[in-house]
Amino acid sequence: MTAYAPSAASRTSGIARVGVRSVRRVRRHARTRSTTVCLGLVVALVVVAGAGLVLGDFPLTLDQLVATLLGQGTTASSFIVLGLRLPRVLTGLLVGVCFGLSGTTFQNLLRNPLASPDIIGISYGASAGGVLAILLLGWTGMAVSGAALGGALVSAGLIYALAWRGGLSGYRFVLVGVGVSALMLAVVDYLMTRADVYEATAALVWLTGSLNGSSATQLEPLALACLVLVPLTLLSGRALLVLQLGDDVAASVGLRVEAARLVAIVLGVMLAAVATAAAGPVGFVAFVAGPIAKRLTRGSGPSLVPAALVGAVVVVLSDVAGQHLLPVELPVGVVTAAVGAPYLLWLLVRSNRAGVGG
Amino acid sequence: MVLTTTPTAARRVPDREGARGRTAPVLLLTAGVVVLLSLASLAVGARSVPTSTVLEALTHYDPTSTDQLVVVTSRLPRTVLGLLVGAALGLAGCAMQGVTRNPLADPGILGVNGGAALAIVLGISVFGVTDAAGYVWFAFGGAAVASVLVYTVAALGREGATPVKLALAGAALTAFFGAITTALLLRDQQAFDQFRFWQVGSLNGRDLGVTAAVLPFLVVGGLLALVLGRGLNTLALGDDVARGLGARVGLIRVATALAVVLLCGAATAAAGPVGFVGLTIPHVARALVGTDYRRILPTSMLLGPVLLLTADVVGRVIARPGEVQVAIVTALLGAPVFVVLVRRHRLAGL
Amino acid sequence: MSETRPLVEGAPDARPHRLETQGLVLSYGDRPVVDDLSVTIPDGRITVIVGANGCGKSTLLRGMARLVRPVRGAVLLDGKSVHDTPSKEVARVLGLLPQAPVAPEGITVTDLVGRGRYPHQGWFRQWGAADDEAVAHALAATGTTELADRRIEDMSGGQRQRVWIAMALAQETDLLLLDEPTTYLDLSHQVDVLDLLTDLNRERGTTIVVVMHDLNLACRYADHMIAMAEGAVAAEGPPSEVVTPELVQRVFGLESLVVADPVSQTPTVVPIGRHHCAERV
Repeated sequence: MTAYAPSAASRTSGIARVGVRSVRRVRRHARTRSTTVCLGLVVALVVVAGAGLVLGDFPLTLDQLVATLLGQGTTASSFIVLGLRLPRVLTGLLVGVCFGLSGTTFQNLLRNPLASPDIIGISYGASAGGVLAILLLGWTGMAVSGAALGGALVSAGLIYALAWRGGLSGYRFVLVGVGVSALMLAVVDYLMTRADVYEATAALVWLTGSLNGSSATQLEPLALACLVLVPLTLLSGRALLVLQLGDDVAASVGLRVEAARLVAIVLGVMLAAVATAAAGPVGFVAFVAGPIAKRLTRGSGPSLVPAALVGAVVVVLSDVAGQHLLPVELPVGVVTAAVGAPYLLWLLVRSNRAGVGG
Repeated sequence: MVLTTTPTAARRVPDREGARGRTAPVLLLTAGVVVLLSLASLAVGARSVPTSTVLEALTHYDPTSTDQLVVVTSRLPRTVLGLLVGAALGLAGCAMQGVTRNPLADPGILGVNGGAALAIVLGISVFGVTDAAGYVWFAFGGAAVASVLVYTVAALGREGATPVKLALAGAALTAFFGAITTALLLRDQQAFDQFRFWQVGSLNGRDLGVTAAVLPFLVVGGLLALVLGRGLNTLALGDDVARGLGARVGLIRVATALAVVLLCGAATAAAGPVGFVGLTIPHVARALVGTDYRRILPTSMLLGPVLLLTADVVGRVIARPGEVQVAIVTALLGAPVFVVLVRRHRLAGL
Repeated sequence: MSETRPLVEGAPDARPHRLETQGLVLSYGDRPVVDDLSVTIPDGRITVIVGANGCGKSTLLRGMARLVRPVRGAVLLDGKSVHDTPSKEVARVLGLLPQAPVAPEGITVTDLVGRGRYPHQGWFRQWGAADDEAVAHALAATGTTELADRRIEDMSGGQRQRVWIAMALAQETDLLLLDEPTTYLDLSHQVDVLDLLTDLNRERGTTIVVVMHDLNLACRYADHMIAMAEGAVAAEGPPSEVVTPELVQRVFGLESLVVADPVSQTPTVVPIGRHHCAERV
């Protein structure tokens, strides 16, 4: 029972009612904006996914597509859509969701828009694992994904263990990540210069991040992992909201700061690892999804759902563009970097505020 | 390559006691180590050459002796290059950390590596360049163009080229060039086959011609960096205080960037991208001689070759008769040292 | 360290209190910042902790709010150690506003204040009517209702501080600790904030503990004052009894005259420096 007890008079007074109404109005306004943005992103996603299903060497019309999706298409269109294109689009979607969530989680946790898994070393660990599997062990397909997952987890564990000193400072985490990623990169470099050119090319393709070779069998584990990780991450959003205010404020409103941070890091790492396992280290998605979502919703929290949707749109759109809209076919990783980098530069040129990114 | 600024690093006053007395012995000792390492570099390899033969080769060269031939034609160029590249990277890293007031600054953040790589790939696939001597000019040109772009973009806006903007611009341009590079490589397997070896910095296969080509840039860049000591000291106090003391902040920044581009661009052009030297050497130097840049710069210049030559010698030894490229070994040696530094809070400003 | 402890009204343990420390030792690294400190915070009163820089007052406050783990000793809330009580449970009773808190970019007042409701929510208890009301009351109490949809970064220092206090209020705790809430504010805003805290105390009975730099304002607003020096208590009690020229010399190293504030009749410390001293009487 609290000592705080607004007097009966003030509780029923008009002023208090106005206050509550005002609070509700402001909250509703923010929610509405967020919902609108999400709906818009879903629409964009549907459009881009549709393009991915319709375009190609065997183009389909819209009604052909719908018919096929409903199970009434020809054998040819069923094979192409359901067997080839749909798995690819869905993989791209889930990969984008995972990278988007992972990136915005790290950026919020470490309070630094520069801190995304591609930069702090998790992705390099996955790269090392994948390249090791391809070049040293001669693995392909699912086994490579597994190795990449293992690589990501090992490097994340290494970074956490090395950065932990009676607690985790975001700064130290990033710094140790730089060191560990350099080590991983050295491993990749070593392997790339020892293999023959054909193997090395295969490794290069994988390293770039590509949705080639997506299949339903590969999609299954990714989907299952997302089924577990995505809801857990969304639930951790409340803790992230409070962690944003600084460790001291977070602790004083009752959050167990170290535990919450550990959970968030584990989730962020798993998301990035799973996505990298499926498609290789697709660059920039994790980095841009959060900032774009934030700008769209004009919110101040981690904007998890919008970031996930932005990630999905970016990956699927980049893949479609890389396959059909450019004069040469390019893997999704090249397109995301080619588009993400100028975006970053534009952010930079536009911003006049001191302290952005620092 | 992540960079976040540390405002606390700005408030550092050069410490006088002890450090001043230490500098001369440290420099002498380091110079001595460098000489020893150079001799080791000349003697060690797939084929061990006794030291007496090495000295003979240097003083009374006899081309008929195979050992002496190896020493002079193969190991001497790489040792000389190793000395120069190590010194250049050490200096460049020190200058970069000074001008950005950031213990994480690596000379590569100016986009040098990304630009050089793209230029090399263009050289290979479009112009059919195949050897180190040819690479040099493309790489240097690419590095220069990239750095100018990075600096220009970062300098837009009110505050000029602040450390954070430099870092972001560098990261963005490196990624952008990387995307184009990868796209080109994916379509031209032959170019990829050549490029993947350049991509990992190495002292192998570079004759004295390569060294001669980059020497002028290294000398100019090196001299420029060495005279920036006082300017960097003032800059370390923060832009506002520095201006209050009469320093021309913009000029110091541009001069430093120029020195870094010359040094790092030339080093990368000659040996390919080598990491960690520029990042960790300044910290070791600072731990030895204090925080005065007039002392840290020459110390870094001598410590750089120590790391690089050690890495090169180790690389030749651990995989006989082949070798592990120097860039890989510097990462393997440098990364653990870096992590240890981070854990012990030895990085300035943390 | 404290060879003379001035009289306090009644023995410390006799006054009702919920928050106390026993033999508390807090340190950063190997250096003890708070050394064997035992204080009780009187319930329903405004306690102000003063002392020179580095005396350990902020550390003490953070230790009491369980942000710093004690090397030895304990912090007791309602008789139980705060470190043995679940974090959320403590947060429903004890709130802390730390020094210079940082707000995320673009956050609105309502959003920020709303985050103070965290200890009252859970997996199965998301946002509800009680939360809306708590936020509304917190805004009303701090006079920030008209600012409800404004962004924090567009506000003045005084407004911003009031919003942070509103966030702490939305937490609906019986005890509120504030670490230097007035240090960077204009004098008018300082008085504003302190008057607001006094309102809270008088109208709702909230126990308030404030760490302050300004000795004179501290004297005016404190019911109970704790003066610290070098990690230990130098004196505690009502300001009128605690603040003497001897204490000021011991704690701040300052020669002074203590006179009655003409507005509030509380002690006012008048410093004696090397210049501008009229003929001493």
